[in-house]
Amino acid sequence: MDISLFLQFLINGVALGSLYALLAIGFTIVFGVVGLINIAHGDFFMMAAFLAMWGVMKYNLPWYISFAIATVITVLAGLLAEKIAYRPLRKMRTSSFIGAISISFLLQNLFVVLFTARSKPFPHPAFLDEVLHFGEIVLPVVNIVIVVFSAILFLALTLIVTKTNAGRAMRAVSKDLEAAQLMGVNPNKIISFAFILSTSFAAAGAFLYCSKFPYVDPFTGMIPGIKAFIGAVVGGIGSIPGAMVGGFTLGLAEIMLVAFLPTLTSYRDIFAYLVLILFLLFRPGGIFNVKVREEKV
Amino acid sequence: MKIELKRNTILTILAGIIVLVFSLWADKNLDAYVVRLMHMWGIYAIMVISFNLIYGFTGQFSMAHAGLAAIGAYVVGLFTLSPEIKATTFFITAPVWPINVVEWPLLPSLLLAGLLTAIIGFCIGAPALRLRGDYLLIVTFGFSEIIRLLLVNLPMICNGAMGLKGIPQYSNLTWTAGAVLVTVFVVKRLVDSSYGRALKCIREDDIAAEAVGVNLFKHKILAFTISAFFVGIAGGLLAEILGTIDPSTFKPYLTYAVVTMAVLGGVRSLTGGVIAAGVYTVMSEWLRGVEAPRTIFNISFPGVPGLRMLAFAIMLLLLILFARNGIMGTREFSWSWIFGKQNPREEKAEENNELA
Amino acid sequence: MSLLSIKNLTMRFGGLTAVSDFNIELEKGQIVGLIGPNGSGKTTVFNVITGFYKPTEGHLYLDEKEITGLSPDRITALGLTRIFQNSRVFRNLTVYDNVLIGDHLRMKASPAEAVLRTPNYIRQEKQAYKLSMELLEGLGLDHLINEQAGELPYGLQRKLEVARALSTHPKVLLLDEPATGMTSEETTEMIQFILGVRKDFDLTILLIEHHMRVVMGICEQIMVLNYGETIATGNPKEIQNDQKVIDAYLGTG
Repeated sequence: MDISLFLQFLINGVALGSLYALLAIGFTIVFGVVGLINIAHGDFFMMAAFLAMWGVMKYNLPWYISFAIATVITVLAGLLAEKIAYRPLRKMRTSSFIGAISISFLLQNLFVVLFTARSKPFPHPAFLDEVLHFGEIVLPVVNIVIVVFSAILFLALTLIVTKTNAGRAMRAVSKDLEAAQLMGVNPNKIISFAFILSTSFAAAGAFLYCSKFPYVDPFTGMIPGIKAFIGAVVGGIGSIPGAMVGGFTLGLAEIMLVAFLPTLTSYRDIFAYLVLILFLLFRPGGIFNVKVREEKV
Repeated sequence: MKIELKRNTILTILAGIIVLVFSLWADKNLDAYVVRLMHMWGIYAIMVISFNLIYGFTGQFSMAHAGLAAIGAYVVGLFTLSPEIKATTFFITAPVWPINVVEWPLLPSLLLAGLLTAIIGFCIGAPALRLRGDYLLIVTFGFSEIIRLLLVNLPMICNGAMGLKGIPQYSNLTWTAGAVLVTVFVVKRLVDSSYGRALKCIREDDIAAEAVGVNLFKHKILAFTISAFFVGIAGGLLAEILGTIDPSTFKPYLTYAVVTMAVLGGVRSLTGGVIAAGVYTVMSEWLRGVEAPRTIFNISFPGVPGLRMLAFAIMLLLLILFARNGIMGTREFSWSWIFGKQNPREEKAEENNELA
Repeated sequence: MSLLSIKNLTMRFGGLTAVSDFNIELEKGQIVGLIGPNGSGKTTVFNVITGFYKPTEGHLYLDEKEITGLSPDRITALGLTRIFQNSRVFRNLTVYDNVLIGDHLRMKASPAEAVLRTPNYIRQEKQAYKLSMELLEGLGLDHLINEQAGELPYGLQRKLEVARALSTHPKVLLLDEPATGMTSEETTEMIQFILGVRKDFDLTILLIEHHMRVVMGICEQIMVLNYGETIATGNPKEIQNDQKVIDAYLGTG
């Protein structure tokens, strides 16, 4: 394979990796704070994309306004799900996962009812479709935007998590809920904060992802959601740097698989699941070897 | 072998016979649409009972149902289809040996379906059951999807995304009814036995169970494999009834549906499972009607596709939040409800375990 | 030869040494106590003995058979059973079921036989019913057999746990803080109870306890742990007067 082709694949991989990383972060934040694997995360992602699309198509809003409103609504929806489903289940000490499954189920079918299952084109600013040429290398602008934007978001997140009180409180809760409470942290507020961050990242990821893969249907969120989750597990679920690394690695690996073993392309989802299973069985703590919650004897 | 014929045993055998005879009659005399619904009821009932065995009784939340059912369905499909049809249906590549030549009647195909699914269930369970809670869930979900994706990507074995068509419909309602009876019998007997007790202890507190001498792995895998066997049979019957299957029939939605039914009926109740399967089948059909456009009183309502699934999704959420024990909770149907206690002196032993 | 023999047991978790060079030779019929401040490693020792942890170093023998690294259920089958510190009855099962489960490890019939209710299986089940009922009668719990274990008052739950443990036919019984949460009267009862059970069931007992009245009252031998190390071994009188023990509990420096 010649160098220019390789570079193109590489850039594609970096872009996809950034997208998965963005989503993986959303998973990991929620897991770290409440121990919930929010399988509905991918569906919030889908929701943001759909609402943004609707704003532009139906109401002719400029794309940035539509994206902003979609983000707000998605964040509110996430908070609502937390309040009516996840929190009561936590109180009942039942596995909240089944709550996440129903929310996922619910969102998917709600959007089928509202928008039908047909896939619709995602409106995005035209300049993203443009392509730059560097000699033999073809570089889609959207990839650049994705990478740059993701980097900005990662940076912003790191600042929030290390410099703000809420961010620090969130990390404290992740590590030790009781101790954090003793320090005066209000768990419900922090959990809400975590969900706000998580859904915002889902929304941002949605806009970037759908600019690159511009068709949306109610089930669009499922596969990226699962991949993001796999990325989070690979990096070490609960760890934000873990999610970044894990998600990124997964995206990059997926493209590299397509690049070097093109006959196996259709197997890439299978490989993703295999990676997940192998990690959960042999290294549940992921790359960063996060401590896994153990039952006390 | 001395056979003690107690009243309850006689009643149970009688009930089984009545069910089988009814199914024979229904198959011939009721509308084909109704018969098909009854098939679905039976198939779902088997799946729900299998889920209850592994989750309600053993406490292991497995999301592998869809993938396991797919195996059963494809085995029956591939083994009962004639070589000629297979040769024409397999679009992309010709089927490999032995699939291209084999043609079996229903019973051995069905048994093979159950057996193969049980074996694959064992292979999945062996690594997966070492995990707990959410992790077990994810891994079994992953395996289920891998199976489905393999079915899509292996055209030489199962015709990929095109699926199988024209599966001969050898089964009648009596097959399904019989399968349900066998499933209920085996699972109930197992659950009411010493092994069932071990499974329940694992559910309650697996560390304490181990401390009391219960081998966790052996018992979890026992429940999982038996559960997989019956899911395979249900899948096989599904292939028979639908006549056409493809990998999309076995998307995660099927597992969600089974979970919904199980929660609706009460995950610890086999009776509840059977009832819930029936409720779901009926509701599903009724809601399908709502999805289509209709005219009432000369006002036309446009159809709302997807409403059915949405309704179930909402129902599942409401159930989990407000009615976690489902319809039956932990209660099981018992002849004592109708006819009173069998033998007051034996009440103590009977309530814990039927030694009939 | 001692019934339970532990040589050079060391347990390390990553960089932390929880137990260091623990040794014990438990003779048949003895009651030995394991005491020490919180965090001294007592529960870790129990977890290793019962198979929940694999020791980093060391060997364990039960009745001359090596049990190092065996799984908890195997160790219970070989005759060593533990009762947990907090009530771990099977809450949603009946009292009867809680005790019957102890017989399951001796069930020789296969699951297939269980489903088919072969005479072999039925015979074993009936035997299990009989034995469990006798145990429950002996402990005065027989009138409660159909009650849900989780609904019993705490004291009865603890008794049920003993019945359950006895149902596994142990040679060695490990008791983890049996007197926790008990009033003075209940503690006296508990002491009599343990002594009675040892006699009636021919047991050897190793117990962890903080309640000094229990320890000094029934233990013939006491071992004291502090930060994972064994700092003293002896009879109650010796231990009470051992300066190292006093320092450990009061904290020096």
